[in-house]
Amino acid sequence: MWEYTEKVTEHFLNPKNVGKIEDADAVGEVGSLSCGDALRLFLKIGEGERIEDAKFQTFGCASAIASSSVLTEMIKGMTLDEAAKVTNKDIAEKLGGLPKEKMHCSVMGQEALEDAIRNYRGEEAAPAPEGEIVCKCFGVTDVLIRRAVEENNLTTVEEVTNYTKAGGACGDCHEKIAQIIAEVRGCAAPEVSKSDEKAPMTNIQRMQLVTKIIDNEIRPALKKDGGDIELIDINGTEVTVSLRGACVGCPSSHITLKNLVERRLKETVEEAITVKEV
Amino acid sequence: MTPIYFDNNATTMVAPEVRDAIIPLLNDEYGNPSSMHNLGERSGRLLAEARGKVATALGCSPDEIIFTSCGTEGDNTAIHSALQSHPEKKHFITTKVEHPAVLNVANHLERSGYDVTYLGVDNLGRLDLDELRAAIRPDTALISVMYANNETGVVFPIKEIAEIAREHGVPVHTDAVQAVGKIDINLAELPVDYLVFSGHKIHAPKGVGVLFVRRTAQFRPFLLGGHQERGRRGGTENLPGIVGLGKAIELAKAGIEEENTRVRAMRDRLEKGLMDAIPDAIVNGDPENRLPNTLSIAFKYIEGEAMLLMMNQFGICASSGSACTSGSLEPSHVLRAMGIPFTFSHGSLRFSLSVYNTEEEVDTVLKELPPIIERLRAMSPFREGDEGLDWVEKHSHD
Repeated sequence: MWEYTEKVTEHFLNPKNVGKIEDADAVGEVGSLSCGDALRLFLKIGEGERIEDAKFQTFGCASAIASSSVLTEMIKGMTLDEAAKVTNKDIAEKLGGLPKEKMHCSVMGQEALEDAIRNYRGEEAAPAPEGEIVCKCFGVTDVLIRRAVEENNLTTVEEVTNYTKAGGACGDCHEKIAQIIAEVRGCAAPEVSKSDEKAPMTNIQRMQLVTKIIDNEIRPALKKDGGDIELIDINGTEVTVSLRGACVGCPSSHITLKNLVERRLKETVEEAITVKEV
Repeated sequence: MTPIYFDNNATTMVAPEVRDAIIPLLNDEYGNPSSMHNLGERSGRLLAEARGKVATALGCSPDEIIFTSCGTEGDNTAIHSALQSHPEKKHFITTKVEHPAVLNVANHLERSGYDVTYLGVDNLGRLDLDELRAAIRPDTALISVMYANNETGVVFPIKEIAEIAREHGVPVHTDAVQAVGKIDINLAELPVDYLVFSGHKIHAPKGVGVLFVRRTAQFRPFLLGGHQERGRRGGTENLPGIVGLGKAIELAKAGIEEENTRVRAMRDRLEKGLMDAIPDAIVNGDPENRLPNTLSIAFKYIEGEAMLLMMNQFGICASSGSACTSGSLEPSHVLRAMGIPFTFSHGSLRFSLSVYNTEEEVDTVLKELPPIIERLRAMSPFREGDEGLDWVEKHSHD
């Protein structure tokens, strides 16, 4: 059961401004049957571009209906310029908050409003299909995802799904969404939680892999500097080596061990690997 | 407000007789069946008695019964058992409409190097047995097919499936969570190797289940621990739950006829009443082979969660295959596998009855639901007859 606020329940059970305006000056449409929710917003616009009346028709869950209802209440009396500044956050706040999985319902409200304003101003009626489709299942573009991340300070793929639906079905676009978050926020990509963890390695597999990496990658690298390495033992994830040649007595041999040998084995074999020297 | 409970495929109320059977175990009978004293001995006897009741009800031997914590544990254990017994066999057959307790195990197996065949269903939710025959390979380790579907109530021909499997020497597991108590099951004549069900679907409390493992079937424990359940499932037995389940399956066995007459008649009346009163509705699932208690019905142009919350105002409890109720963004995998159009699947409701439902409760649903549908449809931009029909065309890319 969702935890809906009293405001959400009230607007759902007794929605305001349901229906259509026959001689509407602007109509905004968003969503589709296949996506599970859709909203059509009708506006009557008077002098000074002031919204005199607003009505809606919504196909969707309780929070979609509540978001539509509260949106019509909010924008009545606003000028179009003022209405254009209404964000999905404002809609959610007016409802006392929405469950995070339902934030996309408030986004739908904002999008329908924008569509209606574009419609009134005679701009491109359809939502400008700018950008490339990232989520094929729900047809969400990178532009939309970027905006949701910026406006709502989103940091994880899950949050992006909650706000835009992107990534909510097959999950193929999760990596791409993570990249977009990283670009917007200018930081490293958040980890995409993968349910398909690798099966744990057997001891034999681990030994073979460690031996291969040392022989093919690490030894050749050390040899360039006149050094060498010998694999002494592998006990579980603990790898024991001995540094030879020019490495012996080199003041930076400890750094070589940690930065080159251990880091490389962690990257290629298993994160749990530790390396010690004898 | 007393709930009008039509959600018995989700869980059931604890039967008063079951509650009475459990109470002594919450008072004086707190012994551990493994203990060497009178208290333990009495508990051991209660455990054996419950096992005997389950075996009698299912037509098997008591030593073929393992008590578990839930249906999910039984399903996981059965699949694990069959696959671990033949690690060289890397092929697993199941269906697209299984419960997540099997489906997610199958997905996990795929990621661990198994080949999984997911059998499809037609638009009435039926399997094609030729597809099953064609899917069996020399390296097939297990066939896992549910007995009856939890969402639509469609009953699969498990006996035929088990016979086909037997011809090919492949073991069979069936998740019978929705079937036990609604269909008479006799394991003496049903050649499955593993069968699973759960107490809380048959009016026992939550937290107890049963895994049947045929004597001739391979077994590898899933929960390693003490010698409980003859070393096949470690962990101190949930004796109150087990005693409750023993009582519940006795009642269920005795109540099967009522399920198939009185409960079936109530379900049919509910179905007919809703279909007569509400246009643009469809019933999901094979009408010929369906659980007597289940009705999956879908209404065009509206969404399930909204219907459930409005019904909740009247104390009516049901469930929905819509995306919004589960927190996922896609409607039920079962309805999608059946190819039910999105125009319907988002607006699906499931009513699942039990012997505790009454005709008056059916009347209440028949009275309250049509206006709810009407109200939500009046709000929907996709309503038929509306000039917005073009929009339906434009927006229903299913």
